[in-house]
Amino acid sequence: MQHEAAFSDPTRERNIFVGRIVIASFFVLAMALVLLARYADLQVTQHQDFVTNSDNNRVHIRPVPPARGVIYDRNGEILADNRSASNLTIIRERTKDLNSLITKIGSLIQLSDADIKRFYKRLERRRPFEQTPLKFNLSAEEQAILAVNEYLLEGVKVSARLTRSYPKGELFAHVVGYVGRINERELRAIDSIKYSGTDSIGKVGLEKFYEQNLLGEVGSEHVETNAKGRVMRVLDQANPNAGNDLVLHLDSRLQQISYDAFDGERGALIAMDIKNGGILAMVSAPSYDPNLFVSGISQKNYDLLVNSTDKPLFNRAIRGQYPPGSTVKPLFGLIGLTNKNITTDTKIEDPGFFIMEGIERPWRDHNSKRGGHGSDVDLAEAIIESCDVFFYKMGIKTGIDALSSQSAIFGLGAKTGIDLPGEASGIMPTRKWKKESRNAAWYNGDTINMSIGQGFMLTTPLQLAVMASRIASKGNIVQPQIVKSINNEAQPTIFLPSDSKIDEENWTYVHGAMKDVVHSSRGTAKSISSGLLYQIAGKTGTAQVVSINADEDYDKSKLNKRQWDHALFIAFAPAENPEIAIGLIVENGEHGSSVAAPIARKVLDAYMSNRQDREKELISKSKAEKTEQGYLAYAE
Amino acid sequence: MQSNDFVRRFQSPGGDRIISRVMNIDLILFVLLLMLCAFGLIVLYSAGGQDLFYVKRQFIFMVTGFILMLLVAQFPARSWERWAFVFYGIGLVSLAAVLIFGVGAKGAQRWLDIGFTRLQPAEFMKVCVPLMISAYLGKRFVPPTAKHVFWSAFMVILPTLLIILQPDLGTGILVFVSGFLVLFLAGLRKRYLIGSSLLALAAVPMMWIFVLRDYQKQRVLTLLSPEDDKLGAGWNIVQSKTAIGSGGISGKGWTEGTQSQLNFLPESHTDFIIAVLAEEFGLIGVLTLFTLYLLVIGRCIIIATNAQSQFGRLLAGSFGLVFFFYIFVNMGMVSGILPVVGAPLPMISYGGTAILTLFIGFGMLMAISTEPKRIRTQL
Repeated sequence: MQHEAAFSDPTRERNIFVGRIVIASFFVLAMALVLLARYADLQVTQHQDFVTNSDNNRVHIRPVPPARGVIYDRNGEILADNRSASNLTIIRERTKDLNSLITKIGSLIQLSDADIKRFYKRLERRRPFEQTPLKFNLSAEEQAILAVNEYLLEGVKVSARLTRSYPKGELFAHVVGYVGRINERELRAIDSIKYSGTDSIGKVGLEKFYEQNLLGEVGSEHVETNAKGRVMRVLDQANPNAGNDLVLHLDSRLQQISYDAFDGERGALIAMDIKNGGILAMVSAPSYDPNLFVSGISQKNYDLLVNSTDKPLFNRAIRGQYPPGSTVKPLFGLIGLTNKNITTDTKIEDPGFFIMEGIERPWRDHNSKRGGHGSDVDLAEAIIESCDVFFYKMGIKTGIDALSSQSAIFGLGAKTGIDLPGEASGIMPTRKWKKESRNAAWYNGDTINMSIGQGFMLTTPLQLAVMASRIASKGNIVQPQIVKSINNEAQPTIFLPSDSKIDEENWTYVHGAMKDVVHSSRGTAKSISSGLLYQIAGKTGTAQVVSINADEDYDKSKLNKRQWDHALFIAFAPAENPEIAIGLIVENGEHGSSVAAPIARKVLDAYMSNRQDREKELISKSKAEKTEQGYLAYAE
Repeated sequence: MQSNDFVRRFQSPGGDRIISRVMNIDLILFVLLLMLCAFGLIVLYSAGGQDLFYVKRQFIFMVTGFILMLLVAQFPARSWERWAFVFYGIGLVSLAAVLIFGVGAKGAQRWLDIGFTRLQPAEFMKVCVPLMISAYLGKRFVPPTAKHVFWSAFMVILPTLLIILQPDLGTGILVFVSGFLVLFLAGLRKRYLIGSSLLALAAVPMMWIFVLRDYQKQRVLTLLSPEDDKLGAGWNIVQSKTAIGSGGISGKGWTEGTQSQLNFLPESHTDFIIAVLAEEFGLIGVLTLFTLYLLVIGRCIIIATNAQSQFGRLLAGSFGLVFFFYIFVNMGMVSGILPVVGAPLPMISYGGTAILTLFIGFGMLMAISTEPKRIRTQL
């Protein structure tokens, strides 16, 4: 070893080294050029492509949902508004193992199987990088747990969004309706851009009817997100436009009184402003809490509602179809007078039944004890005491064609055109109708049944109110309307053309008879007249649920309550200068006079006292304004 | 000799300055390293999410590194030559210790916990191996005989295998190359060069079957087509290329790089830091850094050619070349022309052991560089 070192040649060593280092330096320079060429290629030649990549990485367009229009009653009370709620959402693209992530979330907060099932369903139809909701309305505690464990939950986000809320709960469920998650059928029908920020849509009621007004215009924002999908900043924003607010004709106070008046009974009531058709109260009892539907109702709650024999989801006010019973008598009387089939002097004898030639079976007078209303029964008495035989005889004379065609302008047999979806049209039978639906000819017997509002004839509670309103206004036909103004723009009253040829004296005569239904000692609704400070005109009615044989008495003790007669009542007030009309039905309530009429009285009382309050308020307000003006004038 | 004159002209005029003579400092190298470190800290601040955490720690490493470098420079090169086998031995033992007691991260055992801090012995071998081979061959005939080549190869391959077993293929390759470069500079005959090249080629399929682990194979496959798996293994490369490319000529501006600031770029403060620099400072920044690097390497080669001993020549030369090799591997992998192996960008990437090792290396270079003056002073 030692001698090797001793013989080493420094010059040779150096020369070899320098030769080698020169070769190596060439390699270094060549490799350096390769590297620089690579960087120049990326940064100069391909620069634009990578700028695009980089922007695609970080910039996402995010829809900004508009606030849905708020719904107010006529006094500015909120019936539907938007509340902030926290939802748990997942961005699929940001997660590595979705199943284990959901298991992890499930170990932190409670997740139901239904939540998870619905999440996977939503996942199928989401847009890329969209936040798919897993759980709605997180509690403060759940939010805290998720915030603490955020680092474990990649791709999970708690996002606040506006959720529809119905502060009045079940009170307005059948009018206002509710919004719910957009389902697949709706998804195909809607403009996906308009709904890009929204996952709910009006399902029933005004929420559905006025969907386009309430929805608003979606905004957008360009956001910069980091690799985990978290939004770092907003680069650019186009603000959403909130949906239009709706103000209704409805009065919360009147609605509450109407709803309470049913007191557990099933039925419906509509109160309507005679002059402009505005709906002041619309009740269908029983009702349900619309808030349950907003972020998806649980199967259990849904089953409860659907399987209930009371059918709380069924909007009786516009969809329930009942025989109108004797409530049609004032209208048919008017038609008879107008067609000169009877006069105000026409008197008949009522033995308590009616026999038509060739038919063995007699038609009973339902509203009298055996023996009938006696002789000398005129139209007024027939209305006041609800005498059937008078109308049997008049009906035969007037005939089905005149009765049905001239009823049309009073709103029977056709949809009223109210601004709610799903209205039923009722049935105002004609010869043609019977031929088509029953494939049978029209018999006089059919006319007799119909002349007291039974037989084939069906009306909705709304149609009863509309009929009452049109009688009260003496043929001034306005379309019923719930919405008073959209976005502070008053909705015009819709007047429909009327070809009514009813004379003024006939109107007055029938109004008088209807007033006496309540105020005369013989009136069927005399029970509600005590202590009245104003006058009510009305008409009671009873609709058969099961047909009773003519020679059998109606004996409620033999019947299940579900088979009891429906009780009906129509009314308007004040009788001499009508403002408000009411139509109502109490299912299986038996008698219009004892069950239905008292409900109407409560509602009318509330309306009248409220009117007085309003007048007082107006007076004191104008006084106050005057004082203020005077004070200002003095100050100047 | 022509090449002699060529290098002499590039000799530093400042080499005679008093401070450098007394402190045994190579002033040019010193200034270049200061500039590199400053640049590194600036980039690290941005890459570390605009947080001083990494910058502070790196700064401490750098200060320690400079002190260590100056300390190393005080010992004459001959003493390093004499003690080389001791360092090499310690390095081997600690590599073995890592395999037995080491603590790991990401499926590999690389660190040795020595109480107050954690060390990466493999990083130290980047200096110990060329030091050992230079010391061994420095005393032998040139070109090295078969026996010397064999023992040199043995001393290179043993630590390389230990490192690959950790597994840390990247550092293993770097260590192997650093030892091989010494042999090359010592005048390894052409037949050995060709023979070892053939051997290396033959080793590739053997490595693929026996040595490479699945994730390493994946990295190689990813290099060939990163777009196949954008969210998986190809993510790193796609994102780093996007960062570099979107930087353009002048860059997005310091701390304005969206790829790095929004965490699209993985390992942005360590192995992929060049992508941050390229994104924020553009091609201009890349060229600036590259120029600094080439100046450092050039200075190393000048020191090597001026060295008084064969040991000094071999150590300084191989160090300069391997320094470039680090840069090439790192910048190549980040820009997608080499597979992803764990290789930091020298002086810029965050990492204590790597910085300290480099400074120890530069300290030895300074010892070699000031050797002629020392001799002169002694004369």
